[in-house]
Amino acid sequence: MIDLLGYTFMQRALIAALVTGVAAPVIGTYLVQRRLALLGDGLGHVAVTGVALGLLTGFAPTWTAVVVAILGAIAIEVIRERGSTSGDLALALLFYGGLAGGVLITGLAGQSAAKLQQYLFGSITAISVSDVWFTIGLAALILLLGVGLLPQLFTVAQDQDFARVAGLDVRAYNLLVAVLAAVTVTIAMRTVGLLLVSALMIVPVAASQQLARSFRATLVGAVVVGAGAGVGGLLLAGWISVRHDVSVAPGPTIVLLALACFVATWPIGAWLRHRARLRQPFPEGAVAPLEAADHDDHDHGPACGHLAVPHDDHVDYVHDGHRHARHGQHYDEH
Amino acid sequence: MSAPAPSTGGGSAPVVELRDGAVAIGGRPILRHVDLTVRRGEFLTLLGPNGSGKSTLVRALTGLRPLTQGSLSLFGTPIESFREHHRLGFVPQRASAASGVPASVAEVVASGRLTRRRLLRPAGKADRAAVASALAMVGLADRARDSVATLSGGQQQRVLIARALAGEPELFFLDEPTAGVDLPNQQALADALGALSTTGSTVVLVTHELGPLAPLVDRTVVLRDGRVVYDGAPLQLDDAHGHHHPDPRRTDHHPGVAAPLDRTGEDVDW
Repeated sequence: MIDLLGYTFMQRALIAALVTGVAAPVIGTYLVQRRLALLGDGLGHVAVTGVALGLLTGFAPTWTAVVVAILGAIAIEVIRERGSTSGDLALALLFYGGLAGGVLITGLAGQSAAKLQQYLFGSITAISVSDVWFTIGLAALILLLGVGLLPQLFTVAQDQDFARVAGLDVRAYNLLVAVLAAVTVTIAMRTVGLLLVSALMIVPVAASQQLARSFRATLVGAVVVGAGAGVGGLLLAGWISVRHDVSVAPGPTIVLLALACFVATWPIGAWLRHRARLRQPFPEGAVAPLEAADHDDHDHGPACGHLAVPHDDHVDYVHDGHRHARHGQHYDEH
Repeated sequence: MSAPAPSTGGGSAPVVELRDGAVAIGGRPILRHVDLTVRRGEFLTLLGPNGSGKSTLVRALTGLRPLTQGSLSLFGTPIESFREHHRLGFVPQRASAASGVPASVAEVVASGRLTRRRLLRPAGKADRAAVASALAMVGLADRARDSVATLSGGQQQRVLIARALAGEPELFFLDEPTAGVDLPNQQALADALGALSTTGSTVVLVTHELGPLAPLVDRTVVLRDGRVVYDGAPLQLDDAHGHHHPDPRRTDHHPGVAAPLDRTGEDVDW
């Protein structure tokens, strides 16, 4: 393992994985909040066309991918805002158009599918120094805007009408999120590949929101999961590859590790939600209480083990489908 | 609490002044020839059957719907050049305050402070104090750290009102805040709005069912088919919806009872 860290390509890859893992979930949180979890996927597919254009024209594919993904993001926002097509249909159109265009143009450029595959599935261990700087720069931009404008972006995603009356430029903020999503897609492209790009934005958020009660906690948790999965997945892939002399791709390993975080947190989240529902206070007021029959064998109390639910100014104890509350020397059914 | 409020105005400019306003949605006229002047400190309710244009009128007054005709000024400034957003508080018609990601009650309420915060600056002491007092006003101070999604529908409505309160506005627009809210929560809402009204704030309230809000109202405007058909002293709800303006086509409309599909009424173009 230590040997592995000695390679400069591995060091570069680790920096890229960490930075991407930190930046991608920030934008992912806003996308999930706006119920646009698949937007990243659509943009990833559009970026395929961008990469192909780079291969065709000889420009750096990273730059052409950024430009085309941003154009795609603006197109989606405009289509959504005009309301002429539903959001998911607009996404589907971009999905297919982007992927088909990319494969077609790669063929036109006389490039083999293997070249395109680098971008489709990531090639983090082949990342160059300038690519690392490019990734760090864009990630810093995403963090600055995504965290700095948190109150505004949160409000706009939460309630557009309210945001408009509060004087926020809703269209500009929506465009900003879409453009930042496009930028995220292109920086994550080298790490996990365009086909899995959205996973790094969305899966950490899904894992984090199982346990979080607030937006900020969700965002911070998602960043922690994203960074952990990025670095951990890369190291794990490297370790397995060396140890067993097989080739394990880092991209899918990172995504599967993030998914494992979700699988680990989901049951806890489901249990917490179930528990909170049971403990929710009963509605105020009650029908005339009845005296509970044969209740002389048990005395309810804080330590009796029965579920205690607040009800008005007292506590109802829940057992066997009854709600029992102490009334003088006996218990009432509430 | 229902004391006549205009004494605070004392000849000042009207807070809301709509002249010959018209709104069309998708080319179809919804509001026509609406004149509405609201003075400082008034507590005004907009009543009318579903589809009569109440929500559209409130959305026009807040600038969400452009007027196709007529003129609107808020605090004496034409809406086109109105920039003092911190003077407005808006409670949109929403069933829930939750979204795709968990958000705490305090976070949702804090977004009401945005009208008074500068870009890229952290929230200050005054912001936190305003959020706390807004939550206290609607009786949810103890729920500030809870996720909004775990609150009941009525409590979520109170959160949305606290959000509007947090910006410390002078003029409130509330679009059906009591829809689907149980009586104790309606009472909590009424207490908050009553306290607000006594501080001299102006309130414009769209509602189906006044319930515990009735004693607060000092003026009622009734819309029907996009026109103002009554403007004056408070009415019994039966008057607004029954006696004065019988609507033989829509028999499902009773105060407090509405078909769920009717709720979308205002934005549907029929």
